[in-house]
Amino acid sequence: MNPLKGTYLSRRLSSFYLSVSARHSRCNSTSATPPADGHLPSVASSEILRTKREAGLRTPGIKWADEDSSAPTRIIVGGRETRKMNTYQAIRDAMSIALAKDESTVVFGEDVAFGGVFRCTMGLAEEFGKERVFNTPLTEQGIAGFGIGLALMGHTAIAEIQFADYILPAFDQIVNEAAKIRYRSGGGYNAGGLTIRTPTMSVGHGALYHSQSPEGFFMGASGLKVVIPRSPIQAKGLLLSSIRDPNPVIFMEPKILYRSAVEQVPIDDYELPLGEAEVLIPGSDLTLLTWGTPVYHCETALHLLQSPPPELQPVIPASLRSANIELIDLRSILPWDVKTVAESVSRTGRLVIVHEAGMTAGVGAEISAEIQKRCFLKLNAPVRRVTGWDLPVGLQYEKFNIPDAIRILDAVVETLAY
Amino acid sequence: MAQVFGNENDTSGKGRQMPVHFGSPEHHFHTISSPLATQIPQAAGVAYALRRMPNRRSQNIAACYFGEGAASEGDFHAGFMLASTIPSPVLYIARNNGFAISTPSSEQYNGDGIASRGPGYGIDTIRVDGNDVLAVLTAVREARRRCLEQGRAVLVESMSYRVGHHSTSDDSFAYRARSEVEDKKRIDNPITRFRLFMESQGWWDADAETELKARLKADVMKAFKKADSLKRPELGQLFTDVYGGEEPWNIKEQRQELVGLLKKYGQIWEPWRKELGKFRNTGQDLLNPQGR
Repeated sequence: MNPLKGTYLSRRLSSFYLSVSARHSRCNSTSATPPADGHLPSVASSEILRTKREAGLRTPGIKWADEDSSAPTRIIVGGRETRKMNTYQAIRDAMSIALAKDESTVVFGEDVAFGGVFRCTMGLAEEFGKERVFNTPLTEQGIAGFGIGLALMGHTAIAEIQFADYILPAFDQIVNEAAKIRYRSGGGYNAGGLTIRTPTMSVGHGALYHSQSPEGFFMGASGLKVVIPRSPIQAKGLLLSSIRDPNPVIFMEPKILYRSAVEQVPIDDYELPLGEAEVLIPGSDLTLLTWGTPVYHCETALHLLQSPPPELQPVIPASLRSANIELIDLRSILPWDVKTVAESVSRTGRLVIVHEAGMTAGVGAEISAEIQKRCFLKLNAPVRRVTGWDLPVGLQYEKFNIPDAIRILDAVVETLAY
Repeated sequence: MAQVFGNENDTSGKGRQMPVHFGSPEHHFHTISSPLATQIPQAAGVAYALRRMPNRRSQNIAACYFGEGAASEGDFHAGFMLASTIPSPVLYIARNNGFAISTPSSEQYNGDGIASRGPGYGIDTIRVDGNDVLAVLTAVREARRRCLEQGRAVLVESMSYRVGHHSTSDDSFAYRARSEVEDKKRIDNPITRFRLFMESQGWWDADAETELKARLKADVMKAFKKADSLKRPELGQLFTDVYGGEEPWNIKEQRQELVGLLKKYGQIWEPWRKELGKFRNTGQDLLNPQGR
């Protein structure tokens, strides 16, 4: 299996692309040698990933489909199995379960039938037939509108927009139609059966139109939910929840994690809760809040803070190295879990928010405003945002545009020392 | 080549865009955008502007290229509607090569290709064998003539076949037979067909072919190596060209924030030091704007 090298299919005149598979390998080979620039080292070695069966089965908040949700939580996980999966395999697994359990489910989008450009629908057309898993013409507004129509008829529609950068032609359908139809029809109709999956965030060389994080654009669209998973287990559980949620959901998949994040994923049908953040590392001195790819940059930054390499020691005050940082994965952008975040900041008195999208009117702006209202007297430092600059994502400049571990580390140090 | 490598000589996009996203105001070539079909309605506007410019009216037209996949986007229909309703001398050249990444044209439309849509919008249309160089030339000449004469849009649909993969990392044999591609390459190849025509006229022969191939290959490799050896543009270009006129405070402050971070970590943090080394002047244009 080839690691993600950073492949992009520029839809127009592309000449380079992530090697997501033999098909997308730069040399069209099936070589297993990782590329020189490799995985994100922080993902490969992340302690956040659940790489053991036991850990996978004990994922917090997991709700097994075959267990009565009103029954007490079982501690015993015997009899359940996991399988090693990367994120695209876990997403495929979730869609396979949805297709198998609900005959009304269909999966569609551009290049979906042969497996999708990121391989998330691989083999589904063969397994469930072309009536249920099919290619669409190249029209994002059409894809969204078609999915809304299916959902209005009570069917389950799982639509793929090939890159989140290309979701904007569908903005009208999503914001004016999917999000508002329940309200507009007095509760008579809803597009709850619609889930729109789309790859998001940067990988290092996607340039302007294969790197964006447009979650913030949807944040004011009440009626809609927006979800961003960080790992295979999360992706499967959150996607199944999204598919079954009574509201339309935009499900954004960080594309660099399709291959690089690998976990022992429970093979059974399970869900993870929407609208709930997850505390990944508990702490008492500062709350570090993020979602998607930067979760791993944050983890790296915390390692650097705790034990800085010699070259960073002069700029990391020794007194701050033992600080206990609470790392939270927001997971749901809309609605976002204000309870967990406010509770955390009330304890820590400091908040640093990290996202790849630009700062101005980004998701961090909304969270900062609400947290400053709720936690004003508890704050020991201004809420700090570490974001992409307010710029398009220029190809050659990406490493100095999208936040990395050093920028997060710097903001954490400054906020601790404020 | 400089654009493809995004190096310091890339005047068309300053290293900001993916490869093969050219542009040149000097050559009246509007910079390519990755989103599909967005420039189809823009071309109608460009053409309308040409009509309104006394020195270019009845002299120049707008030409807009797109594939049969892009023609499925809403912008295609919006653009055609405008170009026809608000008469604009734009020549739409649809290159129908049978595939949009993996999706064959049979799954892109159920009608008769793109050409059949032209008359529906009241646009003069011609379909041409895109693998016949002379036929394409003749059709485009006539289309341009009509475009100028009538001041209205014309559509040319050029039928071809994508023998290459979609991109360097696409292996198209995952969705089509190798033999189909090989047959097309051999039998219905526009270059082969034109070469045979030239040979039949006595204008070309195997020796000329060999010499030309060797010369072009050497030229390309030379340009390739040169482009590959150059640095990226200056790092400061990260922040330029966002706005014209006065730069807003947020961009100014964010540039200053990056300068502060580079001063602090640019030399001591190896990944940043290494990255800075790839830029022309290694970031000094930002760090030390006076002392250059």
